[in-house]
Amino acid sequence: MAERAMTLAEQILSHAAGHPVQAGDLVIVEIDRCMSHDSLTPEVIDALQGTLNTERVYDPSRVAVMIDHVAPAASVATADAQVRVRRWVREQGIPHFYDVGAGVCHQVMIEERLVAPGQIAFGTDSHATAYGAVGAFGTGVGSRDMALTLASGRNWLRVPETVRVQVNGRFRPGVSPKDLSLYLCGLLGLDGADYQAVEFHGLDWLDLDGRETICSMTTELGAKAGMVPPTGPAVADLDVPEWLGVQPGATYAREIVVDLDSLEPQVSVPYSVDNVVPVTDVGEVPVDLVFVGTCTNGRLGDLRAAAEILRGKHIAPHVRLLVIPASHRILTAATADGTLSTLLDAGATVGTPGCGPCIGRHMGVIGAGEVCLSTANRNFRGRMGSPDGRVYLASPETAAASALAGRIVPATTR
Amino acid sequence: MTLEGRVWKYGDNIDTDAIIPARYLNTSSEAELAAHCMEDWDTSFVANVQPGDIVVAGKNFGCGSSREHAPVALKASGIACVVAETFARIFYRNALNIGLPILECPEAAQATLAGHTLEIDLSAGRIRNVDTGQTYQSTPYPEFMLALIEAGGLVEYTRRKLAEDHG
Repeated sequence: MAERAMTLAEQILSHAAGHPVQAGDLVIVEIDRCMSHDSLTPEVIDALQGTLNTERVYDPSRVAVMIDHVAPAASVATADAQVRVRRWVREQGIPHFYDVGAGVCHQVMIEERLVAPGQIAFGTDSHATAYGAVGAFGTGVGSRDMALTLASGRNWLRVPETVRVQVNGRFRPGVSPKDLSLYLCGLLGLDGADYQAVEFHGLDWLDLDGRETICSMTTELGAKAGMVPPTGPAVADLDVPEWLGVQPGATYAREIVVDLDSLEPQVSVPYSVDNVVPVTDVGEVPVDLVFVGTCTNGRLGDLRAAAEILRGKHIAPHVRLLVIPASHRILTAATADGTLSTLLDAGATVGTPGCGPCIGRHMGVIGAGEVCLSTANRNFRGRMGSPDGRVYLASPETAAASALAGRIVPATTR
Repeated sequence: MTLEGRVWKYGDNIDTDAIIPARYLNTSSEAELAAHCMEDWDTSFVANVQPGDIVVAGKNFGCGSSREHAPVALKASGIACVVAETFARIFYRNALNIGLPILECPEAAQATLAGHTLEIDLSAGRIRNVDTGQTYQSTPYPEFMLALIEAGGLVEYTRRKLAEDHG
């Protein structure tokens, strides 16, 4: 009898469970990789030491700890919490520790090859769905789930149904993967893929940067995992297990077709990520701060795309342009190839690689009445600082063009 | 397990930044988190919430971040249960993991108004609106989940189970 065709999520969870599973099944599986960052690790340590009385994590080699959310520390309380995280990492002998300046956790996980195709990875961060860029099942969990996983090496998961997104065509100039993500948010809504996985088809040609953007953004649809099948030049040097790949005939909860040839630049209007309109329909929106960075859009390709638009020009008066590379490696590469000097010449200021002001805890939070155009992933009220500030979300291309214009505009073709 | 409490009513997509803004995440203190719970959306919440109160909301409650501080802030505020049309997936796990009972029940969520009193039988998954007399049925929790909630969450439950196994 022919075996039932499976989605990528079903394949990965079946492999981990040791028997075929399908959407709806509950499984207890080994978790191949655990990533915990400074914002939630103190509570993870509390649970491990206080309640579980676990002296050692199950397998330190599977664990990565990152200081990225408030990095460098912005207050004594935060600095003290990070002292405790560093001490715990040393005590546990956790080999994969990335301190202030290394970059945003998800970028570092992928860059340092800490997560691989076919693996199951938990992160104490909702955007752990980014690991689907390399064909891994990445998902966000809270501190207690992480603590239990660190103590036992395992946890339970419900096998998710999958939404299949068929992507046709290519991005037009001035349009990029973030526009695809925002378009899907507008189409499906914040719970459009709640408890589900999202699979993107037709993107063999897309680079790793773009895959990370669209996989991380599936979280804004409520998704448990987002994945691009690990085929194409972007993942040619990764070890893809022979059992992992698209299986025709797999059962999908829903299928969506997006035509990139007609996709326009998109912008998400506060205070909800799914409140999306084409940039040309947003009206007259002057901006105070333009922020290019984060695990969504702080990669080298994003910085280069912004630099191309800003080259030889200067940002509008009264606009601040904050660029935060997603990792140290990206900062180094952008320095070496001249991207950084182009951005600086255009009037940008550059911050330490990490999350920056994305979650409103440091390094450029906005005040009451201010408008920020951000390449990040959320624009909920109070997300980036004052509850009376307003955050619009868009691509690096739209961000750069808007920094020049002083108001939200699409990048015009050159 | 039976609860009775007065209702705080909210709409769809109440996100984790609404429940507890990230600017307050530099503390694990439950009291401090409770002091800022819901403040960007409802300034009357902190001042007026009473132990045993119930939050009733629309779709996708708790969407956004993986921060466990969100259900912790609600529980520390005295909220005894959240009833919603649907929950976002990470919040769903986090709430149960910290021992905050939550029930998915679209009918009850839609028909309940702010200030109503709900009587909830968690074991049976039954919700009764004391003001209207209407009764609603949600999916009852399995035994282990009731034990987990009663223990105060996943970690405490696991500790107890390990102690039993080794005892």
